[in-house]
Amino acid sequence: MSYDSSTTIDQETQTAIDIDRSKGDFKFPERHKYDAGRGLTERTVDYISDVKQDPEWVREFRQKALKVFLEKPMPTNWATKDLENIDFDNIRYYLSDGEKPKRSWDEVPEEVLKTFDRLGIPEQERAFLAGVEAQYDSEAAYSNMKEELTQQGVIFVNSTEGLKEYEEVFRPWFGKVIPTGDNKFSALNSAVFSGGSFIYIPKGVKLKQPLQAYFRINSESFGQFERTLIIADEGAEVMYMEGCTAPKFETSTLHSAVVELVALKGAKIQYVTVQNWSSNVYNLVTKRGLAMEDAEVRWIDCNIGSRLTMKYPGVIMKGERARGEVISIALANSGQHQDTGAKMIHAANHTTSNVVSKSISVGEGRSTYRGQVHIPKHLKGCKNNTECDALLINTKSRTDTYPAITVKGNQHATQHEASVSQVSEEMLFYMQQRGIDEGHAMSLAVNGFINDLVREFPMEYSVELKRLIDLEMEGSVG
Amino acid sequence: MSLVITDLHAQLEDGTEILKGVTLEIPAGEVHAIMGPNGSGKSTLSKVISGHEGYEVTAGSVTLDGEDILEMSIDERSRAGVFLAFQYPAEVPGVSNANFIRAALQARLPKGQELDAVAYYKSLYEKMDLLEMDRKFTARAVNEGFSGGEKKRNEILQMLMLEPKYCILDETDSGLDIDALKIVAKGVNAMRSTDRGMLLITHYQRLLDYIKPDVVHVMSAGRIVKTGGPELALELEEKGYDFLKELTVA
Repeated sequence: MSYDSSTTIDQETQTAIDIDRSKGDFKFPERHKYDAGRGLTERTVDYISDVKQDPEWVREFRQKALKVFLEKPMPTNWATKDLENIDFDNIRYYLSDGEKPKRSWDEVPEEVLKTFDRLGIPEQERAFLAGVEAQYDSEAAYSNMKEELTQQGVIFVNSTEGLKEYEEVFRPWFGKVIPTGDNKFSALNSAVFSGGSFIYIPKGVKLKQPLQAYFRINSESFGQFERTLIIADEGAEVMYMEGCTAPKFETSTLHSAVVELVALKGAKIQYVTVQNWSSNVYNLVTKRGLAMEDAEVRWIDCNIGSRLTMKYPGVIMKGERARGEVISIALANSGQHQDTGAKMIHAANHTTSNVVSKSISVGEGRSTYRGQVHIPKHLKGCKNNTECDALLINTKSRTDTYPAITVKGNQHATQHEASVSQVSEEMLFYMQQRGIDEGHAMSLAVNGFINDLVREFPMEYSVELKRLIDLEMEGSVG
Repeated sequence: MSLVITDLHAQLEDGTEILKGVTLEIPAGEVHAIMGPNGSGKSTLSKVISGHEGYEVTAGSVTLDGEDILEMSIDERSRAGVFLAFQYPAEVPGVSNANFIRAALQARLPKGQELDAVAYYKSLYEKMDLLEMDRKFTARAVNEGFSGGEKKRNEILQMLMLEPKYCILDETDSGLDIDALKIVAKGVNAMRSTDRGMLLITHYQRLLDYIKPDVVHVMSAGRIVKTGGPELALELEEKGYDFLKELTVA
């Protein structure tokens, strides 16, 4: 902890809503050899297929998905009307320099290297990661993992390489956990996807260190549509972490990913996200895991950035005794709407799911929790625990909770708790009376609120998380 | 060197005047007690000195070693040397006592200077031992699920750690059994020093058996109505607050 005890926050900082975007708020000139242009038609999709030299089955997959996307209405019957402000005709759907991802940072183009260097990625890789993929606009610029993992048969490549080089592993699961038509944005991703990771962990291989992906948007009016598929074979264990930033542009940017996880018998997958997009990014992401017998899928999800995030990580517990978990932190400052939640689909006996969601709404920020827990009648011995707590900071903040727990049959145990609290004036007075200024008092209160969840993040990330929250809170008072 | 309160008037947001001209000087090195019935304005005085935003000061002044503190924010007053041991300390869920006190100490350091963690814990443990507090206490969230006695001890611990120039203890004795009261008094007495002033706000004489005041003030209806030596507290105890009515009328 370090701060100026006699802090007076300057005017600029006070008025800035997203002050901490400073770390990610820089860009380099565009240098794209391949640009699909603005708007989305069959020709756009063809262009992407041509550039990426897609096999025929992928080409068909994309074109079918485009039709589904165009047919599906916007989900504004239940979601925010802000979705209507996305101008699909003005977005650029594919931008790349046509280079393959490099195995060494030395070979990465200078500006791209500078970008990731400033974000601390190579340093983190050396310190504690088993492998890194760094995506710049549509394609990965760098992708590498430790030699010993290659020898153990671990595959960690981008999705393009995955579907071509490892079709026999990739294709059976691709689009199976999240079908194209799951929702409008999963269809959009299926039509224009590029980048993202393909990971396969062989039977019994347990990764001691995490794999990490970093997603960077550098170009304006751009849509990033990465596609990730992680398969943990029987008894395998992996932790995957993703981070993301973008500079703050004048126009809004779209990020719409699809992430599918497959945990085979006895496997464990933990997927950690720290989302810190700039505050004009629409972040509309579909994430779902499939857990077979005795397998476990955990989503540890933190949303601090973006203009609008809609994300409800899910687990389908398909095998007996499978476990699913969503740990979620959302911070909505003024101008932001964090619409997050969880989907737990119990599809076998004795499956267990746990959802813990904490949201913080500051200023005019808005947080929404949407949960779905489904336990059908014919099953027995299923358990669900759902907790969602909201913290409101100042009276303009808004929070909504829409839990939907469908439990049929009487051989299950579910519990649901929800709370809404505020940082009270008396709590602030108490902390300030000890000499702590208002901004730091707010940070302490907020960090206290999410403290038990932050512990679930890997140490390196929890430190970063705390720093981001401190900066957000300091900017929100005064 | 003293905390000087001169003709202090303060009111609630709805305009109800609570302090109606309080004048009081607490020199460094002295322990003063304010006694008085419920509703006389004792707790309000402590909050107004600390800068609570629920009160508006309409007249008068408060100076700390000659410096006007009424223009300072709550945290600035604290760093200038005012400490308030709360009658009802707030809970801060999820923030450990160790981190909380550390943040308060860190706030007193110049920018860029980090608190020495080893020295900090050494000092913290010493003071906890004095107050007979379990080491597990450091990891517990501030005041969350604390008994009344634990909360009061925690206030004294913070006071010992922050080493303020002027300590105001608001009804620190309320809700304490005799053993806890003795421990709290031990902590307060350990703080007595020639360069520190203390103001004990209390309803009962009991606390003053353990912390001997130099001066006793009686407060009633928003004013100090009588000032005397320690014997005044005994007189009050004997006669009850009813005898104040005579004073107020007079």
